[in-house]
Amino acid sequence: MRTVNSLIGSPIERLEDLRFLRGRGQYVDDLARKDMLHAAILRSSVAHGRIRSIEVTRARALPGVHSVITAKEIGNRVPRVPMRLQPLPDFERFGQPVIAETKVRYVGEAIAVVLADSPGIAEDALGLVETDIEPLPAVADRHASAEDRSLLFEEAGTNLAIRFRAVRGDAAAAFAGAPYVRRERFRTQRHMALPLEPRGLLAEWDAARERLVIYGGAKVLFFNRRTLAKQLGLPEAAIEIVENDVGGGFGARGEFYPEDFLIPFAARLAGRPVKWTEDRRENLMCINHAREAECEVEIACTREGTILGLRGHAYVDVGAYMRTNGAVGARNVAQFMSGPYRIPNIDIDVALQLTNKTPVGTYRGPGRFETDFFRERLFDMVAQDLGLDRVAFRRRNLVSKQEMPYQIATITPFESKDEFDSGDYQATLDRCLDEVNWPEKSKLAGKLIDGRYHGLAVGCFIEGGAAGPKESARIVLERDGLYSVYVGSSAIGQGLETVFAQIAADALEITIERIRGVFHGSTSYVNDGYGAYHSRSVVMGGSAILDAAAKLRDAIRTWAAQRLNCQASAIEIVEGVKAVGPGGNSIALNELSGESISAEGAFLNKKHTYTYGAHAAHVAVDPKLGHVDLLDYVVVADCGRIINPLTVHGQTVGSVVQGLGGAMMEHLVYDQDAQLLTGSLADYLIPTASDFPNIRAVMLEQHPSPINPLGAKGAGEGGIIAAGGIMANAVANALSALHVQPRELPLTPTRIWELVQAAPR
Amino acid sequence: MSVRFCVNGREVDVDVEPRLTLADCLRHHLRLTGTHVGCEHGVCGACTILLDGAAVRSCLMLAVQAEGAEVVTVEGLSNDADLTPLQKSFRKHHALQCGFCTPGMITTAHALLSEEPNCDAARVREVLSGNLCRCTGYIPIVEAVLEARAAYRPKAQAGDRGGDRA
Amino acid sequence: MKLPPFEYACPTTLPEAVQLLAGHDGEAKALAGGQSLVPMLAFRLAQPALLVDLRKLADLRGIRISEKGVALGAMVRWREIEDDERLDTAHPLLKAAIAHVAHYQVRNRGTVGGSLAHADPAAEMPGIAMTCDAEIAVVGKSGARVIQAADFFQGALTTALTSDEIIVEVSLPAWPARRRWGFEEFARRRGDFAMAAAAVFYDESEDGKARNAHVGVIGVADRPMRLPAVEEVLNGRTIDQATIAEAETATSAAVDPQDDIHASAAYRRALVGTMVERALKRAAA
Repeated sequence: MRTVNSLIGSPIERLEDLRFLRGRGQYVDDLARKDMLHAAILRSSVAHGRIRSIEVTRARALPGVHSVITAKEIGNRVPRVPMRLQPLPDFERFGQPVIAETKVRYVGEAIAVVLADSPGIAEDALGLVETDIEPLPAVADRHASAEDRSLLFEEAGTNLAIRFRAVRGDAAAAFAGAPYVRRERFRTQRHMALPLEPRGLLAEWDAARERLVIYGGAKVLFFNRRTLAKQLGLPEAAIEIVENDVGGGFGARGEFYPEDFLIPFAARLAGRPVKWTEDRRENLMCINHAREAECEVEIACTREGTILGLRGHAYVDVGAYMRTNGAVGARNVAQFMSGPYRIPNIDIDVALQLTNKTPVGTYRGPGRFETDFFRERLFDMVAQDLGLDRVAFRRRNLVSKQEMPYQIATITPFESKDEFDSGDYQATLDRCLDEVNWPEKSKLAGKLIDGRYHGLAVGCFIEGGAAGPKESARIVLERDGLYSVYVGSSAIGQGLETVFAQIAADALEITIERIRGVFHGSTSYVNDGYGAYHSRSVVMGGSAILDAAAKLRDAIRTWAAQRLNCQASAIEIVEGVKAVGPGGNSIALNELSGESISAEGAFLNKKHTYTYGAHAAHVAVDPKLGHVDLLDYVVVADCGRIINPLTVHGQTVGSVVQGLGGAMMEHLVYDQDAQLLTGSLADYLIPTASDFPNIRAVMLEQHPSPINPLGAKGAGEGGIIAAGGIMANAVANALSALHVQPRELPLTPTRIWELVQAAPR
Repeated sequence: MSVRFCVNGREVDVDVEPRLTLADCLRHHLRLTGTHVGCEHGVCGACTILLDGAAVRSCLMLAVQAEGAEVVTVEGLSNDADLTPLQKSFRKHHALQCGFCTPGMITTAHALLSEEPNCDAARVREVLSGNLCRCTGYIPIVEAVLEARAAYRPKAQAGDRGGDRA
Repeated sequence: MKLPPFEYACPTTLPEAVQLLAGHDGEAKALAGGQSLVPMLAFRLAQPALLVDLRKLADLRGIRISEKGVALGAMVRWREIEDDERLDTAHPLLKAAIAHVAHYQVRNRGTVGGSLAHADPAAEMPGIAMTCDAEIAVVGKSGARVIQAADFFQGALTTALTSDEIIVEVSLPAWPARRRWGFEEFARRRGDFAMAAAAVFYDESEDGKARNAHVGVIGVADRPMRLPAVEEVLNGRTIDQATIAEAETATSAAVDPQDDIHASAAYRRALVGTMVERALKRAAA
């Protein structure tokens, strides 16, 4: 269907800003109920241990404390956190009980829940709970894990959760005859999404109607409702999860965590609303961690630089349990190591090793940030070895648009084939080189100017989007003539209320003011929603809205045909306000029926879209300080279809800065006893306004996706994906005279200085 | 303990424990939830308010320390009728995504521009380096603050800024 | 991270404040700007029974400049130092160092006395106090006394103050107009605690040689340090490339930093040498 493209593609200022700018957003901690209890959670300070006893008498006796909940109160079958993605049977034995039962397996694991009259008293009571935990040897890294001497799950007999394998072609044969092979090891560090708003929940149990309402949902509310219903023995219809305003997600917020059971359970047990607000100390040790990966890889090429094969072993430290999406990042490390490049023969396996640390989950560009770093570092090393230009080497091996759709390595188990939908990777590389002024700037490569070495790097990426299987939308023509849009997608700050209003308004051929609002996420809005993850909202939610809009217009024509006594096909809807019949007679839309008119739509999808592009950076490195000054950073990305240039540009810049944080400074540091040493924002460092002021993003829409009516591909993760590889390559390029080769992130001052000291002279 | 102070031009009288922070007092006792809490240890800046005109971290102040003071929150820097020039500039430059850091950014920027309407980009970045944002990457925020300078310069009327405390 | 329960007092006179601290057997703590103390309470690293708010004590306010030098009241906030133009000449090294303290909002509240009493090994004010031979005037139940900076800092977050003592003011000796000085700091991000910083000054004899050299460093030990070995390198010599290079080497040799999550010992050792080198380059320029 053709849409009137006046709003799609416009840089409309966001509708949600009107409340956010005035401090009128409503985040879950802003909510209150008169008789609510406040929950505080006692968390293990031991990384690995057997629980001998939990004594709560003193805590219960503190004035203002209502009750204390442990595994005992929950009963014989403490529910497990389910796996939402890749729920392989192998993972079940590593599932997390929503509260510690016999063992604790990471610092931060929930042991007890205190309910009290105020958050302060609840926290005071935590100090009065006496736990007797017999410490067990902590498994602090993937090597200790692989030894299988101290087991996290004795019955499983191993700390290896699973091994995936990505295969394409015949790597053994390719390597056997290869004229050039290079082998390397690389490592990315544990870090995390760190949304600025910590988590929170407010649960209310209506005993009379046996209904549960939970505020504070995000990302995947429908899955969480389904899960909770099973865990509490309630029908799904008895539970409503509401999405309020959400202070960032980036993959980590919204997944089903232990608290998503504990707080509603507490509300039902206490018969009073229960509110829980996570504090930052908890947030650092409790929401999904990510990115800790290591690899030993080999690449085989011809002397002219054609890549023949890529093989190796990767290891991902997945923490103490397999939670909702803990396998995704690791899988992606293997499956996407080739990136946008043509690598005909691939054999990469990835081992998921359990350790006594916080469990991992997806964080923006899961597995892709890590694997891009591994690959792009390798490429620059290969180009240097073979005496080839780094850009030419990449050009030679980029998948071409003629090869689309291009199938990448198949991953097993949970076999998944994937293919790139469309794109011209050379074009975005060309544009990127142009924007950064590569020919001029590369003259500075390796030069020492005013005590700093200058370096450049460029690299290409792909970003996966549009995960299926489905999304739902519902549009209602209200009796006052305005339209309300309901969608199963979740908002996490990406501007859905505006972007979806643009899509809906264009599809309904109305001005944006005629849209009352876009209502998203909460389980009461649509029957079958899915949420926001894997850059799917525009493709899935947007396409569902198109479907709903088309169906609504059909419904309107049917009503109008009845009233105007003609065929529905003869009705013309004018400006979304009136219906006109063949004879010129018309009727206002909101007079068609005594009620509102609504229609539901959906979009089903089994294929992924691939936004793609290139990044380039120009740095100046002070070898004595180990400081990297980012002089220029350019991203060029083609996302198929731009709905709102303002928001997609903003997402990309923000994504790059997160990536730079991961490349340069963010690190969740554990000691040998698996104690988390970075327990505050003074130790876990994220970028501030002073750190990276020179970032530019160019968003293109030259190659729409063929797999959805909008032609969109989704965006938001591309900025972060390439940052690690780019910065490491730029530093290597800058310090090439000193033969510095970074193989590990983050590129802290200490690390860079040590590389400079260690380099052969 | 009983504390009396002025919030957004209105006198308030609250009875609080000494340990209650000013941030929690504003949010939960006075129901001014525009001021956000992101860390409770003085790093993220989401809790920034104006205390007698100066930008401070309300999570590091006790409510009882506000006795006799003039406090202005993001609500006091806003009005129902229209967005202020600073807010308009934020919106124009897409200087917010999830909105959680935004009240702190607005309050800090207002304090800076009120004192230094001719500040440059480096100064804006320096001052905002005490406010964390995880969504925008800061660049549009700095652009928004720079564009808003015009509204704070002497030839502009104080009333043009809209929403200033009475 | 709600604060633990405590009682709160806001005395209006210094004797009253001392009495409150003295009467609580070490369980009371003075509250100045709160920028260091409140986070400690939030993490429950300290759980005092009573907080004694110093904000009403007029005796602790004000910046006084005389021919004797600069006297900073304990409750002087960083902002006041930033805004006081007299300090551009009366103590440019102090001003330069304070420019690195934390962030905009913290600088509106944080105080000189609070920083000294907290004694973070990487804080600028203790570094300036050590480098400049500051005198710290305190009042306690036994009366008033003056503590030399060299005796004041006794370890990480540890000072010579007894639990009943309150800092009243810190005095820095007069700063001659022709004095040469430099301050260099490197932190992970702007406003973070220094990984290492150096404050240096010297006066010049008529022959252009340095004398009265003072070299102070922070971030490389459990307290701020003067480096007499480095001062020896400088005194009696022209501060040229060769001298500076020797001073850098002597600096690294004179310290013994520890590894931590932000920097390795070896890196810090080299970094502080670089800080002294760069500070001296500035001073000599």
